[in-house]
Amino acid sequence: MNIETVFWILGALTIGSALMVILSTHPVRSILYLILTFFMISANYILMNAQFIAIVNIIVYAGAIMVLFLFVLMMLNLSQSNEPKSPIKMIAAAVIAGGSLLVVLVAAMRDSFVSASNIVSTTNQQGLVENLGKELFTTYVLPFEISSVLFISAIVGAVVLAKREKQIID
Amino acid sequence: MMVLASVFDTISIQHYLVLSTILFVIGVFGVLTRKNAIILLMCIELMLSSVNLLLVAFSTYFGDVSGQLFVFFIMVVAAAEATVGLSILVLLYRNTRSVDVGLFNKLKG
Repeated sequence: MNIETVFWILGALTIGSALMVILSTHPVRSILYLILTFFMISANYILMNAQFIAIVNIIVYAGAIMVLFLFVLMMLNLSQSNEPKSPIKMIAAAVIAGGSLLVVLVAAMRDSFVSASNIVSTTNQQGLVENLGKELFTTYVLPFEISSVLFISAIVGAVVLAKREKQIID
Repeated sequence: MMVLASVFDTISIQHYLVLSTILFVIGVFGVLTRKNAIILLMCIELMLSSVNLLLVAFSTYFGDVSGQLFVFFIMVVAAAEATVGLSILVLLYRNTRSVDVGLFNKLKG
């Protein structure tokens, strides 16, 4: 099985599970399909020799964020599907908007010229943790530190928002 | 060390451009049609993930590590966004007993 076949199978599985995320009416099924989508995207990363990002994608996205979603869903007891249907006019508008976005983006990208000058320098080592860590802690050390501030503010914001108040305003 | 064949020897970068565009459009479609706030947040995660896929594709294509580090930072932002978004959602549920995003119309006052 050559790489092109692997790509087509992976691409079809990725798009199929992403479609099931928005088409399934049951929220828990939707979350499980999204986890499947993240696994498929991780497989795409491995296909592109980005091993570290693939593992981080599984741990952070499929492991942490999606479990947080599932936890909130079960805590709020929303597992039954009582979501009101969107009006047909809204769905038609969404199909037209999404379809035109897809057509415009694909048409713009198809004719774009991507220079292929650097391809020969690609090695299978560049996605490993040693390379990424070296770059992260030298060139990108300032954004790295700022992201810790972002996390602190996110934690404080989440605690302040979700804290139960003395009186609930209806 | 095993030498892996580069994926871009056999398939072009345009394949990944189209794949991640399709994933992004699926996310946009979900945001526009679904009413459940949890699924809305999930569609936003899907859109972020499609951008990640494109960044990794170009990073591998040009042999430049920077793209993969941007993916790293996008994951950081996505985690923070999911945390704050879910706590807003819990707050909405506590006040209205529902997670229908249409209920945010009440904010108009």
